[in-house]
Amino acid sequence: MAIGNKTRDNLWTLITAPTIWGVHFLLCYGSVAYGCAPNENIFQTISGFRIFVGGLTAVALAAIGFVFMRALGEWRRNGGRIPHEEDSIEVRERFLEFSTVLLAGLSFIAVIYTALPAAMMVDCR
Amino acid sequence: MLVQRAAILVPGWPSSPQLPPARSSILLRPETRAVESLRPARHWLVVVCAGLAGCTSPQSALDPAGAEAQSVATLFWVMLVGAVVIWVAVIGLSVFATKIRPGAYGEKAGLRLIVWGGCVFPVVVLTALLVWGLQMMPVLRAEANGPTIAVSAERFWWRVAYGVEGEPGVAKSLPEGGVPSANEIWLPAGLRSEFLIGSPDVIHSLWIPSIAGKMDAIPGRVNRLVVEPTKPGVYNGVCAEFCGDAHAQMALRVVVVSPEEYEAYVARQGEPASVGADDEGYRRFMENGCDACHTVRGTAADGMVGPDLTHLASRRTIAAGTLPMSLENLASFVGFTHRVKPGVQMPSYGMLAEDEITAIAGWLETLK
Ligand code: HEC
Ligand SMILES: [Cu+2]
Repeated sequence: MAIGNKTRDNLWTLITAPTIWGVHFLLCYGSVAYGCAPNENIFQTISGFRIFVGGLTAVALAAIGFVFMRALGEWRRNGGRIPHEEDSIEVRERFLEFSTVLLAGLSFIAVIYTALPAAMMVDCR
Repeated sequence: MLVQRAAILVPGWPSSPQLPPARSSILLRPETRAVESLRPARHWLVVVCAGLAGCTSPQSALDPAGAEAQSVATLFWVMLVGAVVIWVAVIGLSVFATKIRPGAYGEKAGLRLIVWGGCVFPVVVLTALLVWGLQMMPVLRAEANGPTIAVSAERFWWRVAYGVEGEPGVAKSLPEGGVPSANEIWLPAGLRSEFLIGSPDVIHSLWIPSIAGKMDAIPGRVNRLVVEPTKPGVYNGVCAEFCGDAHAQMALRVVVVSPEEYEAYVARQGEPASVGADDEGYRRFMENGCDACHTVRGTAADGMVGPDLTHLASRRTIAAGTLPMSLENLASFVGFTHRVKPGVQMPSYGMLAEDEITAIAGWLETLK
């Protein structure tokens, strides 16, 4: 049975975007916390870490953007329609693609929110 | 006589030790009855008045007397008004869609509304609020230009030291030194003072709502809070993190004065007590071992467990905001410590004779 798609979607492709969000979050907060520990000199600047966070954010957004476009493209091209409530492999595939799109959108915004403090804070305060 | 008068201040004592704690019996009941006796139409009036009265108090974040409290209040009002507008719009729309013109729009229009109103709009609003909040933070945490004050939150009172030198950080304790005091913090108005906040026992949180936001007091680390009181006055602070039995009675007074008055106050607190060692009360104080826990500078009492009592009577309250300062209340605190403040980390001295307690309280009252 032919399923119209390039990538076979599964739980792993579904959670790719949130995983990138999680790792991005961990690296952002972890790196700055490491740089500021033991937090005695609160006016110490964090320029290096801000650049790191900026670069990391660009990479994360690009990756999430790729996941988003890939899933959205396949969903659209193959005539995805909500609601996905039919009991078939084809519809299951569309359902996973659509869920991936939604989660990627959420992760995209979350990554921006995670990075915003680093965009606005200049030191260890 | 004195102790009998003290009994009035400690309701329930001594005839009925099984009575519930003082507060519920004396304070709440008459009030509740008063409200109950009003007719329903008046209930609203009472609620509204109580609500408004709650906004202007020495312990209200909505009656700001400091820079940070001002920012918090502004944020609060903007968010409240915004929330009301959004709520009215959403409820209005749902009434329109279900009651006024059901079926006026198709599924497409509904989906479009969800995407714009339910996704795009909240993202824009939340981003704006996040950026606004973030840009406040460096300003509120800017360098201090006033004194540095160490505040140690201890079960269930506040150890204070004016004019310490140190910095925040982890894996460390508060700096030593400074002019010791307790349960009352004076601050110069218009200056940015820095609190270094720590704890030797459990996590507490220092919150002076009229002046600034909360800051946790965490064992093994020193946190920093910069406060900029703007209006002279007496404010209330509380412990805002549950820390044990007497948590609710772990308050403090914050007295905001001019910088000159502040200097004079700290200088006065730095002096030893001007009391005679031949006093009967002093003798009893030493005899009963109060000096194992309390320091009275200028005398032989140098305990470090409890609050420094050198200038006890110059403070406004006894036992971390529990009782107003007075001779009677001093006597009732020393005699009925655990009735006044259940869970307190000081032994009760109820076994002392009445005249002994009277003598000690009388002596404590001279510690201006
Ligand atoms: C085991 C140590 C200990 C002993 C002994 C002790 N105290 Fe205390 N005392 C404390 C502690 C702890 C507090 C703080 C209580 C609180 O507010 O939570 C305190 C608080 C006080 C206060 C209120 C201080 C303030 O800043 O409001 C007074 C007054 C006082 N004690 C008097 C006495 C007297 C008088 C004696 C002797 C009869 C005595 N204490 C013995 C530990 C002790
Ligand atoms: Cu506490």
